[in-house]
Amino acid sequence: MDRFELICPAGTPAALRAAVEAGADAVYLGFRDETNARNFPGLNFTRQDLAESIAFAHARRVQVFVAINTYPEAGNLAPWHRAVDDAARLKADAVILADLGLLDYAARTHPELRLHLSVQASAANAEAIRLYRDAFGVRRIVLPRVLTVPEIAKLNAEVDVETEVFVFGGLCPMAEGRCSLSSYATGLSPNKQGVCSPASHVRYEPRGKALASTLGGFTINVFGEGENAGYPTLCKGRFVARDTAAYLFEEPTSLNAMDLLPELKSAGVRALKIEGRQRGKAYIGAVVRAYREALDAFAAGRPVPRIDLQAMVEGGTQTTGAYTRAWR
Amino acid sequence: MKPSLTLGPVLFNWSVDRWCDFYARIADEAPVDTVVVGEIVCHKRAPFFAVAMQSVVERLAAAGKTVWLASPILVGSERERAAMRELVSPGNALSDATMIEANDMGALALLAGRPHAVGPTINVYNEATLGWLAGRGAVAVSLPAELPAASVAALAKAAAGVGTAVEVQAWGRAPLAISARCYHARAHGLHKDGCQFVCAGDPDGMPVATMDGQPFLTVNGTQTLSHGYLCLAEELEELTAMGVGRFRLSPQVVDMVRVAEAFRDLLDGRREGGAVAAELAGLTEAPLVNGFFHDSAGARRIVGASHRV
Repeated sequence: MDRFELICPAGTPAALRAAVEAGADAVYLGFRDETNARNFPGLNFTRQDLAESIAFAHARRVQVFVAINTYPEAGNLAPWHRAVDDAARLKADAVILADLGLLDYAARTHPELRLHLSVQASAANAEAIRLYRDAFGVRRIVLPRVLTVPEIAKLNAEVDVETEVFVFGGLCPMAEGRCSLSSYATGLSPNKQGVCSPASHVRYEPRGKALASTLGGFTINVFGEGENAGYPTLCKGRFVARDTAAYLFEEPTSLNAMDLLPELKSAGVRALKIEGRQRGKAYIGAVVRAYREALDAFAAGRPVPRIDLQAMVEGGTQTTGAYTRAWR
Repeated sequence: MKPSLTLGPVLFNWSVDRWCDFYARIADEAPVDTVVVGEIVCHKRAPFFAVAMQSVVERLAAAGKTVWLASPILVGSERERAAMRELVSPGNALSDATMIEANDMGALALLAGRPHAVGPTINVYNEATLGWLAGRGAVAVSLPAELPAASVAALAKAAAGVGTAVEVQAWGRAPLAISARCYHARAHGLHKDGCQFVCAGDPDGMPVATMDGQPFLTVNGTQTLSHGYLCLAEELEELTAMGVGRFRLSPQVVDMVRVAEAFRDLLDGRREGGAVAAELAGLTEAPLVNGFFHDSAGARRIVGASHRV
């Protein structure tokens, strides 16, 4: 069977070069607007950036995927159509889409363009995946982070569409693309504006010796003296339920599935994805290099080296997330 | 067409007796046109209601209600998938006679070519998606709660062109997220597999507050909802003028017959939105919210909104 493809994030041309040089098989990125789910200030690619980055990547036999994975605004489809048109014109190797209407547009307008289904579409079962394949010719599904490895294996045994899974980085505990938590607190959502828990709505407020982080006026966490004050992503906050303050949804933690490579291979997964388009080039270089080393060892049948990525993970803790049943 | 009222599925883990009593009273007293029935949040709860499903559907139908069966929101595991297929595939006596409201893309796939409804947890954000769904047999589309007025207006206009009805949630906690993980179980120190059905202890959901004690969210097993009750009574006139033909009332522990009567009065022009919102605010300690519709934070209440330009 083919070796895993390593799919790496880039929020800037410099990060793309770092990912390519560290051993990415493909880099995914977005345009500098609301058409992608990492629409952060100062991040992402102009059309010119994309043209140059594709030239750089293709010269090194690395592919470039363009994520156009928010849900186009009613009455304002043009920016999303332009994004698909430009990705096709600039010879991106695939576009990563979530919206049914946009998939339909891309399939009809650019029949030669390779379509991947974004994790934001949350296609979690064989029936859904076949629909995307049959209706739009989708070639690869990025699986939502709700499935265990045995469930992924069953899925791959049933459908002849490539699957890609997240192996490292930030972890949504909620089914992606089906979450309005950020929108409830701030009015800005991943699906509409491509943002989650946006920095524009974040405040840090001293509370005596403690420090509170707030989002849209809601306290997301209160850090005691000596506690590391993390970013207030809503679902990683500490809340009070049943009279107890706790990380109700998820701890500030990062996904790291490096130990699951044999299981993911037996499950028939085609590509492994690293999250983090908002990360700097040093982070991306380090994580991609670690995964490249691990995948090369795995492909050669050598023991997978134990690579320490502890410094790279949020809150200093790692999880295999939904891939193991106990997470539920 | 005259605007109509839809009662959404009960989202919470009520005892089967309470659930049956609720629907009996809805059948007898609530002026709603369509009742959507089904356990859509957690497949582990479904067997409790399955035994009473047929009689509840028959009771509602006998009372003149249009009954739809709702498919689950998240279908990942084999058991979830088997339940979804059984509900949606032809040959199921109950669902053959009843329209299905699809809440996930798998169910939607199996319904192609048959008339069906699209539930609010399928992402319909624009006219292209709505048109695509209509072409496959969607006769009604219930829009996601987070859509602002401008999007609702554009979608209602597009829907009229393709003969599909558009629905907007006008009452009840807004569904905000779904997960494979059960937060009810987690808050009780349990896992989903051994959950002991602790969600049954919270018939209106488990309150979630910030560390400052401010009420914020509501947990319902694997689902997260708003703390505030979404209420678009004051926006109803604007919504009907846009061409929205269906309004969804999502069941909570409050007197849903009274809620339905209030919205019916509004639709029939017997009362006005401000008075209805004021009355309904008295039914619950949770605040009424309408921020999503006004392109603001969903947790906000925009007052005097009906007079906005």
